[in-house]
Amino acid sequence: MNAKVFLFAVFFPAMVFAQGYAGLGGEAEGYRPVTRPASLAFPRDHGPHPGFRIEWWYLTANLSDADGKDFGIQWTLFRIPLSPAPEAPEWQSNQIWMGHAALTDADEHRYSETFARGGIGTAGVQLAPFRAWIDDWRMAALPGPGDALAEIALTAGGERFAYDLHASASLPPVPQGEEGYSLKTPGGAASYYYSQPFYAVEGSLELDGRRIAVTGQAWLDREWSSQPLRPDDAGWDWFSLHLATGEKVMAYRFRKTDGSASLAGTWIDAGGRPSPLGDSEIAITERTRSTVAGRAIPTAWHVEIPSRGFAVDTEPLNPQSWMGTTFAYWEGPIRFGGSHDGRGYLEMTGYE
Amino acid sequence: MRAWTTLRALMGHWRRHPVECLTLLAGLAVATALWSGVQALNAEARASYARSAALLGTGTLASVVAEDGGRFAREDFVALRLLGWPVTPLLDGRLTRDGESLRIIGIDPITLPASASALRIGEGDERLTDFLLPPHLALAAPETLARLGAPSDLPPLAASETLPPDTLVVDIGVAERLLDAEGRVSRLLLPPERAGEPLPAPLAARLRVLPEDAESDLDRLTASFHLNLAAFGFLAFVVGLFIVYSAIGLAFEQRKPMIRTLRACGVSARLLTGVMLAETVGFALAGGALGIVAGYGIAAALLPDVAASLEGLYGATLPGRLSLDPAWWLAGMALCLAGALAAAGGSLWRAARLPVLAPAQPQAWLADQRRGMRHQLAAAALIAAGSLVALAFGSGLAAGFAVLGGLLVSAALALPALLASALAAGHRRARRPVAEWAWADGRQQLSGLSLALMALLLALAVNLGVGTMVESFRRTFVAYLDQRLVSDLYVTGQDSAQARDIAAWAAARPGVAAVLPIWRAESRFRDWPLEIYGFADHATYRDNWPLVAALPDAWDRVAGGAAVLVSEQMARRFGLAPGDRLTLPTPAGGWEVELAAIHRDFGNPVGQVMVASDAFARHWPEGDRRRMGLRVAPGAVPGLAAALAARFGLGEEQIVDQRGRKEFSLRIFEKTFAITIALNALTLLVAGVALLTSLLTLADLRLVQLAPLWALGLTRAQLAWLEMGKMLGLAALTACAALPLGLAVAWVLTAVVNVRAFGWRLPVEFLPGQWGTLFALALLCAFVAALWPIWRLRRASPLTLLQSFSNER
Repeated sequence: MNAKVFLFAVFFPAMVFAQGYAGLGGEAEGYRPVTRPASLAFPRDHGPHPGFRIEWWYLTANLSDADGKDFGIQWTLFRIPLSPAPEAPEWQSNQIWMGHAALTDADEHRYSETFARGGIGTAGVQLAPFRAWIDDWRMAALPGPGDALAEIALTAGGERFAYDLHASASLPPVPQGEEGYSLKTPGGAASYYYSQPFYAVEGSLELDGRRIAVTGQAWLDREWSSQPLRPDDAGWDWFSLHLATGEKVMAYRFRKTDGSASLAGTWIDAGGRPSPLGDSEIAITERTRSTVAGRAIPTAWHVEIPSRGFAVDTEPLNPQSWMGTTFAYWEGPIRFGGSHDGRGYLEMTGYE
Repeated sequence: MRAWTTLRALMGHWRRHPVECLTLLAGLAVATALWSGVQALNAEARASYARSAALLGTGTLASVVAEDGGRFAREDFVALRLLGWPVTPLLDGRLTRDGESLRIIGIDPITLPASASALRIGEGDERLTDFLLPPHLALAAPETLARLGAPSDLPPLAASETLPPDTLVVDIGVAERLLDAEGRVSRLLLPPERAGEPLPAPLAARLRVLPEDAESDLDRLTASFHLNLAAFGFLAFVVGLFIVYSAIGLAFEQRKPMIRTLRACGVSARLLTGVMLAETVGFALAGGALGIVAGYGIAAALLPDVAASLEGLYGATLPGRLSLDPAWWLAGMALCLAGALAAAGGSLWRAARLPVLAPAQPQAWLADQRRGMRHQLAAAALIAAGSLVALAFGSGLAAGFAVLGGLLVSAALALPALLASALAAGHRRARRPVAEWAWADGRQQLSGLSLALMALLLALAVNLGVGTMVESFRRTFVAYLDQRLVSDLYVTGQDSAQARDIAAWAAARPGVAAVLPIWRAESRFRDWPLEIYGFADHATYRDNWPLVAALPDAWDRVAGGAAVLVSEQMARRFGLAPGDRLTLPTPAGGWEVELAAIHRDFGNPVGQVMVASDAFARHWPEGDRRRMGLRVAPGAVPGLAAALAARFGLGEEQIVDQRGRKEFSLRIFEKTFAITIALNALTLLVAGVALLTSLLTLADLRLVQLAPLWALGLTRAQLAWLEMGKMLGLAALTACAALPLGLAVAWVLTAVVNVRAFGWRLPVEFLPGQWGTLFALALLCAFVAALWPIWRLRRASPLTLLQSFSNER
């Protein structure tokens, strides 16, 4: 899910262009490079990674109320340093934090965005006990056995919506790519990437002042990197899928401006064991486009992983799941059927 | 076609009387010029305040401020953000460097909403990054940029067109450093839709929400100043209309035969009135255009003085050039048009109803002067009564000006009756025929001149009143400065710690009689800006401090820390008296104290409270404690100043001797009244023009009166002297009437208007020297105005004089 690398490139294009895309190794401008092996360690890697140019805590959840009505929520916190220098205290901090929150149902997609400076306490991520926050939005670990993020409380809101959820995972986090080293493009842009796709969620939503009790599943993505995209990177289509069998699938299609694309993914079995999927093992094809925010965006897809006998058609809960934030993209809950049934999230960027 | 012919016939009059035409245009132009000039100044100043307020979000964003108006902890901002309040912090203040004051506004661009557009950094993300990261950026208006150059103590400068002069917008972290305000914020901006929500409990005790349309302090503090300006502008407008009225009235009388002829030729009354209306509108547009151009010139010429006054008094900065919007031009034209129509209304009315067959009576309006005078006297009495009612029951500055206006108008209306009775008295005493004729002629001439004389009376009286006020104030102020500025040397340390060291060092020096702390904090009292001074109990104050009212042992009570001194303006504004108890907001909450005495504090627009230094330290622990006054033996000042500068590395700004302080204060004072004096002089000039134009328009008519005397054997030189004597006599009589009126104006200005505008009262001093000057000025005015017509009379050929007999109708 390197949506955010792209976002970062959009967010501070001046910095990206200033480098002329030459220093993709990352060291040249002082940021730390992404190298093999990833050597992930928890709880350390739940916390922030200073020295990297972009990092995020990204949670999506597929939820239902007692009547079976579907909802989706998004909770995202980005850390965007303005320079590779160590963070100075108070207003001298070089860290910018950006939060996105959304609540989607079949009728409406509501979202909110907020920014904060580091150093003064209005946003940040701390370990022991884990807490990620911006304004009154929070992702906070609750005491319990297992991984530090096994039990979390999650709150956020915006105009006419809010949510207050509790998520618990019985399995440890799952590294993506080569044990956490995720190669994005054949050219070598990479990130550190792990997920916690096994959250069971319960809690409540608030829509126009109405309180709704919900249950469902959530997927947390953690990723950090230093490498911006190249000028010929166009965008991507990214899926996180909860299969009814208890298995999880992450798959994405990375598009180039010349129309070519590279694909990658991970098959995660019900016990939490990941198997990376290469470009030739996945097929992602669009089925129908919807007009969203004045542009045609493919909101229904066909996803195939022949080696696993997996072939499904996806449908959005709400085709208008447009995040009209400072840096806009499509992100919303989906359902799928075919060889397998289930729910998940779709994220698409770069459709101008 | 018929309308065009009619218009051409009517316009023929102006071709034959170009001076009258010019008079009319001049009257309209002068009336419009002063009025619109003043409006331009006021509009410019208000626009500047609005821009300045917009910088702090006022107008589009609500704000959260401390209950005491001061800065508060950044933690309160963080707490509100963590509770989901979409607030953004501002830290603003003044930075004095090299004797210049710069306004510093610190912002957090990351949380700043788009609606705070004046503060947007703009022009790409690169600039945002530079703004946030060392060495940072400081945004300033291009002219500020050019003036500052590349100072080493400020971040690199970048241009921003939206900023007012002498203002730097920097990152809030930079502002903390520049303003020495670590961890503080001045206010938080809030989207207006959230302004209605109550603040969360712990914060509600010390913070409050101001709606987005809350009036800015600058608006309120300067309101009186602008009302004063507007009142002068209006006065000038009225005086100008006197000219217009007399010119139009005269023209109507002169054209009566023509109007009757036109009517007899079949021109309908409606068409005639319509054409005359069009003529008036045409004059108004031409005169208005001239006036607006002149008004722009006046405004541009006065702007530096106004800007200096506003900066000295209120710390408001104005741009150095005028930027006028089309509304101003339109308003000026509309006013001129309205004024012209008002002045022409009577003539138009009479033209519409003029009977075609009535005998020609070119001098009819002079004939009914007695009846007119009775009406005027009645109106004068009525207006005077209204003025008294306003004085007795009115409150507020507007009522004060109503009193002043009523006084002036009623006096002006009564003037012709007064002059008429004076002339009648003279007439009764006259025995010789020429003298008798002269008196009688003077009475007859009165109605033609009365409007101009009324204008002269007003101008003289206002001049006298304002002059008396300004001079009284100057004398009082100088004496007051002597009392207030008792220390011989004023020293400001870099910070409180250095100030303590300086105090200790100075106290041990021989020749230093006393070290008197002058500590300062800002707060608000019932939503009015307030400054609090901490001072040490010392004989210096007991002996010198100018008190207006006090409890018997006021100084002991204040020294004890349970009582305070309050400035006159604050006491007046809130109706406080010695012995009252009041609650002063402090950073830690309300502090209830007794009001022990009221002291004079001329020229200060904000409230002032003096408290004992111990109490100050207790209640305003974060107050500015860098300043002190030193009492030094005579002659020891230069040596001490040099020693202080050398030992503590203090700059020129930080060591100021008494003389320097006095000069500074007097400079502000002079600037404050520069604009008043300038407008005053212009008003007198307008009156002079009114007199001149009246005499010019009458000059031709006069020939008819003078020709018989010439025929009876008086020489033209004798006649010229008689004319001049009459003119000077009338001016002298008017000046005599202006004296008591001027003193009354002075009284209203000092005892009513000033108190309501600024909150302090000053004693009126009578200045006979000034009266003499003004008397001479009135005579000079009349002399100059009479010179040209009389010179023409002296040079008039006998043929012209003879012709007046054959032309007589």
